Amino acid sequence: MAVDENLKIEMGKQGVFVTTLQELYNWGRRSSVWPMNFGLACCAIEMIATTMARYDLARFGAEVFRPSPRQADLMIISGTVTKKMAPQVVRLYNQMGEPRYVIAMGACAISGGPFKQGYNVLKGIDRYIPVDVHIPGCPPRPEALLDAFITLQKKIDAQSLTGENRPRHLNPEGQGEFPVPEQGEHDLEPPSNTLVWPAPMVIR
Amino acid sequence: MKTIEEIKAAIEAAVPGAGVEIINNPSPSAQHSLLLQRETALAVAQFLRDDAELAFDYLSNVTGVDWLDKEIVEKVKVKKTVTKTVDGVEQQVEETVDETRKRVEPGYLETVYHLYSMAKKHGPLILRLRTANRTDQVELPSFTPIWRSAEFQEREIFDLYGIVYTGHPDLRRILMWEGFKDHPMRKDYVEPDDFEYEPTAHDAVAKRAQEHQAKVAAAQNGGAA
Repeated sequence: MAVDENLKIEMGKQGVFVTTLQELYNWGRRSSVWPMNFGLACCAIEMIATTMARYDLARFGAEVFRPSPRQADLMIISGTVTKKMAPQVVRLYNQMGEPRYVIAMGACAISGGPFKQGYNVLKGIDRYIPVDVHIPGCPPRPEALLDAFITLQKKIDAQSLTGENRPRHLNPEGQGEFPVPEQGEHDLEPPSNTLVWPAPMVIR
Repeated sequence: MKTIEEIKAAIEAAVPGAGVEIINNPSPSAQHSLLLQRETALAVAQFLRDDAELAFDYLSNVTGVDWLDKEIVEKVKVKKTVTKTVDGVEQQVEETVDETRKRVEPGYLETVYHLYSMAKKHGPLILRLRTANRTDQVELPSFTPIWRSAEFQEREIFDLYGIVYTGHPDLRRILMWEGFKDHPMRKDYVEPDDFEYEPTAHDAVAKRAQEHQAKVAAAQNGGAA
């Protein structure tokens, strides 16, 4: 239930503040997204730089990096996900409380990057967990991570609390547990979670 | 530092029956190496470390090489007795005939060690060790008891090439997980068929992606029929 923007401005001029529960709820959520204190490779260095004084992620309410997945809202996949690490990444994601978001940072996290054809590198973390924002770059600049963060905030702002498109945690039938891949004899089993990642069609 | 020939002579004087072989490097770097025998390698390594003059106290690098079976084609001249009719008379005549022979030189796995001396400030000395074949006789003596720095690198070679180091204190996989069956750095390693999404494929990857698509299409058609 949204309030008409013009009406809101008009009433604001008269000293009446109008809002909706949804707006308040989303404002609160997007203004205190706590990322998980977790880095995988060189992108993590850029992530750390983003939180430091020059770029200052704290301006967006995300200064508290939580060392426990139980207290974190956002997982920044910062770096190469090896097949040895992938089950642990999915397990950490499962341990986070809802609502939770994922930013895949850098070429490796979104596709395997320069190591894509390697025998030990996962071809993108979106094969196992749903990713909200992908950032290209090798590594992405701190500005790119800030941009991804603002994109995520816009996404949170646009979420409606009811109806078909409500987020997973408000849907009693929403599936919150994602299967952790097994380390098999030749590869991870299964090689991807087809519910999260149906292999996209490549048109040539 | 002594030349490689002098080192070879010193080894053979100290370790009887060492059977060391010099492998020449024809490139401008001229980094010649010593091929050791599996049986005497440990004694030779001990000598190289403890000898007062050589004193190779630092093992900087260990790596593996996979040599596949090599087919060698040779032209040989062979004498043959051929029955011929010369001037209307049948005769046994000896003739030299060219014959091409093919033989297969069996492949092996190789470990290469680079040794330096911190005390004497010389090096590198390059050692090679070869397994008997690539499949079932892949044991080599471990140099970890002599140089501790070999421990992790030998584990890595065990992981990626499948060379088994006898005498290694803790031979486990180090990069891949326990239960992984393949050795990814071997030349005959086949990676899992995960080419379902290759948006910017080219060359070998494009070929694998096409093969994957063909396989998927065949499976779908098979399911429909």
